[in-house]
Amino acid sequence: MTQPSSSTLPVVAVRDAQRAAARSNPGGAGRRRTRRGHRSPGASIALHATLLVATFVAVFPIAWIALASFKPSGEVGKLGLPTSPTLENYSSLLGTTDFTRWFANSVICALFTMLIGIAMSATAGYAISRFNFPGKRSLMWTFLVTQMFPVSILIVPIYTIMSALGLINTHISLVIAYCTIAVPFCTWMLKGYFDSIPGELDEAAHVDGLGPFGTFWRVILPLARPGLAVTAFYTFLTAWGEVAYASAFLNTDDKYTLAYGLQILVPRPPALPHWDLLTAAAVLITIPAAIVFFFAQKHLVAGLTAGSTKG
Amino acid sequence: MNRLRASWHKHWYAWAFVAPVVIVLAVLVFYPLVQGIWQSFTNLTEANQAQEICVKTLGGTEDCSPNPNQAQFVGLQNYADLLTGRVGEFWHQLAITLIWTAACVFFHYTLGLGLAILLHREMRGRAIYRVLLILPWAVPAFVSAFAWKFIFDRDAGIVNALITGLGGQAVDFFDTVPKALAACIIVNVWLGVPFMMVALLGGLQAIPGELYEAAEMDGATGWQRFLNVTIPGLRPVSNSVILLGTIWTFNMFPIIFLVSRGGPAGGTEILVTGAFRAAFEGIRNYGFAAAYGVVILSILVLYSLVYRRVLRNQGEVW
Repeated sequence: MTQPSSSTLPVVAVRDAQRAAARSNPGGAGRRRTRRGHRSPGASIALHATLLVATFVAVFPIAWIALASFKPSGEVGKLGLPTSPTLENYSSLLGTTDFTRWFANSVICALFTMLIGIAMSATAGYAISRFNFPGKRSLMWTFLVTQMFPVSILIVPIYTIMSALGLINTHISLVIAYCTIAVPFCTWMLKGYFDSIPGELDEAAHVDGLGPFGTFWRVILPLARPGLAVTAFYTFLTAWGEVAYASAFLNTDDKYTLAYGLQILVPRPPALPHWDLLTAAAVLITIPAAIVFFFAQKHLVAGLTAGSTKG
Repeated sequence: MNRLRASWHKHWYAWAFVAPVVIVLAVLVFYPLVQGIWQSFTNLTEANQAQEICVKTLGGTEDCSPNPNQAQFVGLQNYADLLTGRVGEFWHQLAITLIWTAACVFFHYTLGLGLAILLHREMRGRAIYRVLLILPWAVPAFVSAFAWKFIFDRDAGIVNALITGLGGQAVDFFDTVPKALAACIIVNVWLGVPFMMVALLGGLQAIPGELYEAAEMDGATGWQRFLNVTIPGLRPVSNSVILLGTIWTFNMFPIIFLVSRGGPAGGTEILVTGAFRAAFEGIRNYGFAAAYGVVILSILVLYSLVYRRVLRNQGEVW
């Protein structure tokens, strides 16, 4: 959930699910038990009615924002469908605010966080998945415990360190801060993926004369590409949606990321919120994020579930 | 010494693999952590953080002297201020945080479980339902926060448009604490249910069907099967997602920060947003905010330990 900060993920949960799955035969007879037609028509109607209501609740806020974004700016709050759909909210968002700048800033921060997170953690994830070495257990514990750290315990020291280094109001400081979230998370997730790649491949590579680094680079990494991609996307989305560090570290217009820039569109009362611009911005921000998410989520659950069946 | 060398010989490449991450974690996480704990014992604020004060001289060079008012060690002062409520509203915020966390996790779990059970059945349109139901997870949290703020808005919001359309009085959802907190909880529940649903659906699919068949043979009703097969079968997943969900919700920053903005008058501030405001608003009391951070972390660690202990006493493998 974007929880995690919406950020961090179902890692543990899914791992446990799959551990249970490994014990049984996943998706076996269990699913077929409730045969179609086994339900009375009444039960069927109730089932679909409940799901329809739930789906409506899930979709409505987003659909409403999207609809409102096409209404003339004076009517965004009006009930009903847009009577005369217009793109003027979009053009004034792009024309009168720094939206494109914020968008670019968000892309930069998220991209670098993603690259650094993956580059740093792939090796460690591999080592933890494959080798037994002193310190391994405590290292794994560290990764779990850091997921528990509230933003509030790191944000102040990181802020003072950054300000001592003169990095406040730079994107570097944000990327560094995001790495505190991304690196443990990526390591943990990639470990799960490497676990799903049979160890026999390593042995075969070893017999063929590859050293540990060659094995990792030439054999395992190419095979782990789907896992790397999913981890990358998830890291990207985490950085894309981060609010606290961005609000604390940035203080000039040209540096804001989307999470901070949008707060300008909806200022504190008594200043009036620009709902017309906000709705258009919400649509433009959500579309790329949702595409990435839906691509990733299919593999996310599958990838994590495939991993760590060895426990 | 020899053992050390043997160990090095055997494990050097493993260590080489993990070295980058260990170094990064040490620099980015543990150094700030130690720094933060240290800061919580000082009276550090924005004004006194400089180690030296530099004055530009006429010649254009800088003349630096040690800062006479530099932050100093004040022992447990920050903790005393925080916990006695002399500065800030710790106990009120703790109460709000507990209500917030309990309500959110409860609804996340029950609604997530309900939807997972419905989706677990075979039916027409299951894939479409599944995709649409996880939509709230796909939207960045801050966008959802603003979307809901728009929906709840006094003048432009659809909720009030409906109320006034039916002849009622427009409601300001953010003028009293209960209403504002309820609005934030609704937003966060909406946001968090998809994760629980997906995780629990995975758990459901892992329960062997034979168990249900056996229960059915023995004449168990649907409700009995739910209580005696589904719930125990889901326990490992449930244990993890509830622990994680609690920690995440406790630390959930953007919703309160953006939807109610802690208002009215700081009434819906939770601990995490309270710490943020202590650090970055007003006099920017870094030392005090660091004490907040340490207390929050302690609460979470304590909770996790108790949680594990309770589960272990119930015979769970944890």
